[in-house]
Amino acid sequence: MPVATQLSGDTLALRLEGECSINEVGDIERVLSATSAQGIRQVRVESEQLNRLDLSVAWLVRNFLNAASEQGATVSFDGHKPANLDFVEDMTHEESIVAHDTLSPSVPIGAAIEAIGKNFLGHVRRARTALEFFGRVLANVGRALAQPPRLRPASIARHVYETGVQAIPIVALIAFLITLVIAYIGAQQLERFGAEIYTVNLVTVGVLREMGVLLTAIIVAGRSGSAFAAEIGVMKLNDEVDALKSIGMDPYEVLVVPRVLGLVIALPLLTILADAMGLAGGALLCSWLLDISWPQFVARMQEALAPTTFWAGFLKAPVFAVLIALTGAYRGMQVRDSSRELGRLTTVAVVQSIFLVIFANAIFAIIYLEIDF
Amino acid sequence: MHMDPIISIRGVVNRFDTQVVHDGVDLDVYQGEVLGIVGGSGSGKSVLLRTLLGLQRPRAGTVSMEGKDITAMSEQELLSVKRRYGVTFQHGALFSALTVAENVQLPMREHFDLTEATLQSLTELRLRMVGLPLEAGLKLPSQLSGGMIKRAALARALALDPAILFLDEPTSGLDPISAAAFDQLIVYLQKALKLTIVMITHDLDTIMTTCDRVGVLVDKKMIVDTLPKIVQNPHPWIQEYFHGPRARAVRSSSRPSASTSPQ
Repeated sequence: MPVATQLSGDTLALRLEGECSINEVGDIERVLSATSAQGIRQVRVESEQLNRLDLSVAWLVRNFLNAASEQGATVSFDGHKPANLDFVEDMTHEESIVAHDTLSPSVPIGAAIEAIGKNFLGHVRRARTALEFFGRVLANVGRALAQPPRLRPASIARHVYETGVQAIPIVALIAFLITLVIAYIGAQQLERFGAEIYTVNLVTVGVLREMGVLLTAIIVAGRSGSAFAAEIGVMKLNDEVDALKSIGMDPYEVLVVPRVLGLVIALPLLTILADAMGLAGGALLCSWLLDISWPQFVARMQEALAPTTFWAGFLKAPVFAVLIALTGAYRGMQVRDSSRELGRLTTVAVVQSIFLVIFANAIFAIIYLEIDF
Repeated sequence: MHMDPIISIRGVVNRFDTQVVHDGVDLDVYQGEVLGIVGGSGSGKSVLLRTLLGLQRPRAGTVSMEGKDITAMSEQELLSVKRRYGVTFQHGALFSALTVAENVQLPMREHFDLTEATLQSLTELRLRMVGLPLEAGLKLPSQLSGGMIKRAALARALALDPAILFLDEPTSGLDPISAAAFDQLIVYLQKALKLTIVMITHDLDTIMTTCDRVGVLVDKKMIVDTLPKIVQNPHPWIQEYFHGPRARAVRSSSRPSASTSPQ
């Protein structure tokens, strides 16, 4: 052990020898903290055999010696005082040493009340900035529609491609598989009443009114909501958004509006695809399980359809698209300072846009019920 | 030079696909000196640093640190070498999810079994050493100014009491006053702790103030000499570097350089 203490009467001998390296720092700390400076009048530091004293060890020894002299002990060195001890002394010679707890935040009671108030004001402020964001985008869309060159068709086309065309396989597959499962469960239950033909009604109405658009919106929220937040967020971190402003371009017009419009075009189209794949899945299961042939399925489907069934689902798509695009872009615009924020806000964008989609869907259900749509 | 070098590079070759970055680089770094490495963009300064750190193995040649060849070591053996050096990266590379204090504590937590109070105390020492106020320990890297990020990165690099310090562009992006203060800090720590420092830098002021010797990466090789001698080297890039318009401006206003020969 390179550090040892020995108590004789009221004199404590602190022996430092050999290699006092940082690798030993754990053991050395235990030796020092096990030694109480209580009642000691004199500390003698024996360092003749010392070859090496790493800074971390010197710091611990210095703190120990300081504690001892605060207790009234005198410190003396046998032989030379190690240079690193001088260095750490030099480190602190101006101000007296600050207590350790300055490194961890303290929370007095009054601060709790303050925090509640600040939190409340923070919510109010956030609601205002969200509203402001929405207003700005709306104003920009209005301006862009009035002046078509501001629409940036190339940019819109890219977003339709990225959020729409590239999502075709996953949307088609998921719509197909989910309807397959729903039709299967429906068929099983309805068979008990001998009403298995109503499986067709269940699939048709379920897919067209609810499932098709909702599934699509949730997939798109996960794919594109996160992409919007991440793309815009990275541009914020790289100061690209400020660069745009400095060139005299409005980032809302360049970054947000094309994304919103692109998704407003892409999501309804994806919904039609999901509807078609869903009906196909239902028809396939009916022909397998219930011996309902395809022509029979189509005929039954015609009966089940009201004139509004398709539109009730389809009309929700642009609304969901706006919610997803705005949430993603809004969270992306909020990124500042660090890449950690980027990750957090991307997650927030996805969670919130899925929540908003489901919430809006519930409101649609109530409205449709009221107006008998 | 009467001492054995602490770092010794012999015939290092680095190549990416067909692009040769280093073709036989030789370099000795001696105990207690400050060596500056300069070179044009794309001359492979960062690749050389990564090779020195053992993060990248050269295609040929050896890199010895304190007498041990790190190019032949397993990842496990490299760990003991890594504990002997500290590094600051160009943009700080502080972990953005951790506070400054936690950044400094991370290497110590990883390698040693210490009580919370001791960790705090040792963190305080590092912060004091680099001249950061203790309150800065509670801040996240994103809340720091450029100069404070460099200092915090230095504090983390010093966490394991290294013998060798590698600095990648320590003063880039700093205003001249902060850069000069950082130069002074490096000189102070180097003298007090007898550190060996290898730094990559473009900053002529930093070179004049801190470096004992300068290595120039040109033509895929390294030319090393003391500062007064290297400025007389006839190589055109070196002439341009030390005698170009920017260099003249620095030299005409230059204070006397800190030291002219190692040791």
